[in-house]
Amino acid sequence: MAGVRRHRTLGQIFAAPIVVGALSVVGLVAALIGDGWWDALSWLSLTLPVLLYFFFVGRRNRVRP
Amino acid sequence: MICTLFMLLLCITGLPLIFHHEIDDLLHSEVKAAEVPPGTPKADLDRLLANALANSSWKSPHFLIWDRDDPSTMFVSVGEQITSDSTKNRFVRMDLHTGAYLDSPDVTGRFTYIMLKLHTDMFAGLPGKLFLGLMGILFCVAVISGVVVYAPSMRKMDFGTYRGHRPRIVRWLDIHNLAGILLVMWTLVVGFTGVINTWADLVLKAWQFGQLAEMTAQYRDRSLPTQLTSVQAAVDVAKQAVPGMTPSFVAFPGTVFSSKSHYIVFLKGDTPVTSRLLKPALIDAETGKLTDSRDMPWYVTTLFISQPLHFGDYGGMPLKILWAVLDVLTIIVLGTGVYLWLRRRKAGVSVDRAVAQSSAANASAANTPLTSS
Repeated sequence: MAGVRRHRTLGQIFAAPIVVGALSVVGLVAALIGDGWWDALSWLSLTLPVLLYFFFVGRRNRVRP
Repeated sequence: MICTLFMLLLCITGLPLIFHHEIDDLLHSEVKAAEVPPGTPKADLDRLLANALANSSWKSPHFLIWDRDDPSTMFVSVGEQITSDSTKNRFVRMDLHTGAYLDSPDVTGRFTYIMLKLHTDMFAGLPGKLFLGLMGILFCVAVISGVVVYAPSMRKMDFGTYRGHRPRIVRWLDIHNLAGILLVMWTLVVGFTGVINTWADLVLKAWQFGQLAEMTAQYRDRSLPTQLTSVQAAVDVAKQAVPGMTPSFVAFPGTVFSSKSHYIVFLKGDTPVTSRLLKPALIDAETGKLTDSRDMPWYVTTLFISQPLHFGDYGGMPLKILWAVLDVLTIIVLGTGVYLWLRRRKAGVSVDRAVAQSSAANASAANTPLTSS
């Protein structure tokens, strides 16, 4: 299905990256502000890009013919 | 391209540095400080200092440094003379409660030290640092230009597309795009704070000739005092002058972090961010009285904030592990970037063309050198 649809707008292309980027900033700053819950927030939001990477790469490998 | 190779060096040497403390613990044994019940008073610093110097062949103390990671030890940084280069100093580890000598390991042969030197200046001093800083700036520019070319590259594809069944050039392009765009903020922050860290020596000089010179204006023409007052008393005066903060290190008169006439006690706060923002208290080393204490100017504060954001050492072990994983992913982005660049050069066409050709080749089930994976 990907590739046959018409061209995406900049908004569509960058929507997900902007969310991930904003959460990364939250994560980078959170652990500076405090310990405990702030650290946990930092760990969660910085784990997101790692999880997404392995999700997408792993998913496509499984449908490999 | 050259910048990418240096960034690979920085990412690879940076990886063990994230865990430098754990690696040192594993590879090198050190004398542990005595186990004491909580609330045990600290040893008198003058006695501790005298003990340290008695166990060192060099006799000029430059700095007293409270160990950030181990609340029961302290480092005494000793130079051959007070005027010698502090970066060549020897470190004497002392027990903060008993005041006893622990050990004075030579760190310069350690794996982590070699990685640190390769990572910060490639054994080339300030020029090496500034050169790596320049590479860091080019890296940040490359990341931003990567974001710019991400848009046309993704015009026909969903976010996260990975064409796992296609030739390597297509797969690696997808990996490069996916990991690159996911890591943009982290690589920009770690990259740029790394650049700021390369300017640390310049920031120190700017502070010396700026705020420090201002605070010590009336002492400008004095020479080093022949007899120093008690360092313990100086620390006590500093603690009183700046309530709510604890001492992080003391710079002795005549060192790069002080004037010729002052102990400077650098104090830190107790949250992750305020523990990095050191505040100097200047104590006259002849009278033992407080001369001045001010917040650091913005350019020093910027450097202080940049340090944890570069090192990733401010959110416990999980953050360090995340730092390492993100670093490895950055190495993948750089590696696939080098590969795509080489393929483009070899083929004499853009990656887009190569991908298009590989699609055509895929369709006709042909196997040309360009598409073989």
